[in-house]
Amino acid sequence: MSEEKWKEAITPPKKLSLEDRLYLVKRKLDKISHIEVDQEAFKRAKDPAILYICPAKVYERNEETGECIVNFENCLECGTCQVACPDIVRWKNPMGGFGVSYRYS
Amino acid sequence: MADEEKFDAIIVGAGPSGIASALTLAKAGLSVVVLERGEYPGAKNLFGGILFTTILAKLIPNFTEEAPLERHIVTRRFSLLSKEGELAVNLRNEQFNRPPFNHSFTVIRSRFDRWFAEKAEEAGAEVYPGVVVDDLIFENGKVVGIKARGEREGTYDELYGNCVIIAEGANSLLAERAGLRKEKSKMSPENRVTAVKEVIKLLREVIEDRFHIKDNEGIAYEYFGEAVSGMIGSGFIYTNKDTISVGVGCLISDLMEKRMTLYDLLDAFKAHPAVAPLLRGGEVIEYSTHMIPEESYDELPELVGDGVLLVGDAAGLINPSFFHEVTNLAMASGVFAGEAVIEAKEKGDFSKETLSSYRKKLEDSFVLKDIKKYRRFIRFLKDNPEFLSDQLPFVVDLAASFFTVSETPKEEVVRDVIKRFRKKMGTFSLLKRLWQAKRAML
Repeated sequence: MSEEKWKEAITPPKKLSLEDRLYLVKRKLDKISHIEVDQEAFKRAKDPAILYICPAKVYERNEETGECIVNFENCLECGTCQVACPDIVRWKNPMGGFGVSYRYS
Repeated sequence: MADEEKFDAIIVGAGPSGIASALTLAKAGLSVVVLERGEYPGAKNLFGGILFTTILAKLIPNFTEEAPLERHIVTRRFSLLSKEGELAVNLRNEQFNRPPFNHSFTVIRSRFDRWFAEKAEEAGAEVYPGVVVDDLIFENGKVVGIKARGEREGTYDELYGNCVIIAEGANSLLAERAGLRKEKSKMSPENRVTAVKEVIKLLREVIEDRFHIKDNEGIAYEYFGEAVSGMIGSGFIYTNKDTISVGVGCLISDLMEKRMTLYDLLDAFKAHPAVAPLLRGGEVIEYSTHMIPEESYDELPELVGDGVLLVGDAAGLINPSFFHEVTNLAMASGVFAGEAVIEAKEKGDFSKETLSSYRKKLEDSFVLKDIKKYRRFIRFLKDNPEFLSDQLPFVVDLAASFFTVSETPKEEVVRDVIKRFRKKMGTFSLLKRLWQAKRAML
């Protein structure tokens, strides 16, 4: 192996943000969201798990209105949100052929 | 798809279990259609991962020549992490380097599943990707077909069959719709693990050098304890040809209790002093996430209804221990479901009673025998949270004390280590716990 390649091989990896990670995933986005949130139930919950349990940060709180912002285009379709918060989230599969398409996993 | 057509079996999901069913049915000459919501089979499918292949070897005897395999596993390593330490068992054996390669291969699912689906098509199954099934059609309480979402909002395409095989994976909305997942078998934070994974590109020769392998050899490293902040779950590294798969997975209820986020946990795992050196020079090329069922034998859903069967992850068929072998369980369930449907076709009766031969086949095979054997595994970990979070990492550090070089006479070192061990565990409860652990794990 060349010295250059060797140096590259022992370089510590860059730290990735979640946004960097999400950017790597190939998707075909639908115009319509496949996720519904019961805003009243969201507001009633003190610390709804969807705010931290989602591995793709689909859910954020709008600090002004207290409502839940749903970044459905981030969704990696694991289903964790509706298992953690069945009273808040109604999740269905995206339209056939839409959503994520993993290529290297 | 012609509207009037009626299939012997409609299979929802083109993963290992669904395709194994499709192959079994198509080979027997039954009419079978597979509906897959992904852009192609494998687009949504994910595992750590090792593909276990005793069943595949029966379905496609020459698969090692044809299938897009990455590496065969010659080394399995189980590692316990504390904050700063590691204690590991490394198992390598040259017998795993010869056919059948211990039936363990890494694969890229988007490639392997697509190939596997093509094999089902060659055998006569129809496979349609890009179709999402939202509901089942019931007639007199029997499942007689499916409703696929139509192009226009609120419209559905209906498709009829003698039975429906649900192979949708861990996030099976249809299994609940079919009424087969009720009460304690409903999806819940206590019976679902979520995992995140990165595929990291590395030079092939670096992978081989770093993990002590050559040619098509591969490794499977698993990490417990501090790897996932002491929660029920694990971290992992698997080698592919010129990438490695690195990830962590945890029980959702544990994540909720600790208010933890999986990508933070992944970052911490990657930064652990025992892990970080293995990832140097890597470039992350994909990030992915998936849910995994973690049901014990006693929480399994009903596997059969009138005109409907559950297979693979949708049926919760995983071996909740360190053996995993999930893909093999999935394929086995697919084959058994296929065989049960073939028998039902011969009788002309797709009732729950006839299809229940599927459950019997699972009970008589390694699938439910193993799941039954390890029924206490998760319970044990849930009842003894300090086992993973405190006691095992403590042992890792104790091992370091044992080997710390000093001028203290060894007799004193040993005495001190034993004293600290006893104090941590409590002699009586230690014996009790070891007994429970043995019952749960071995």
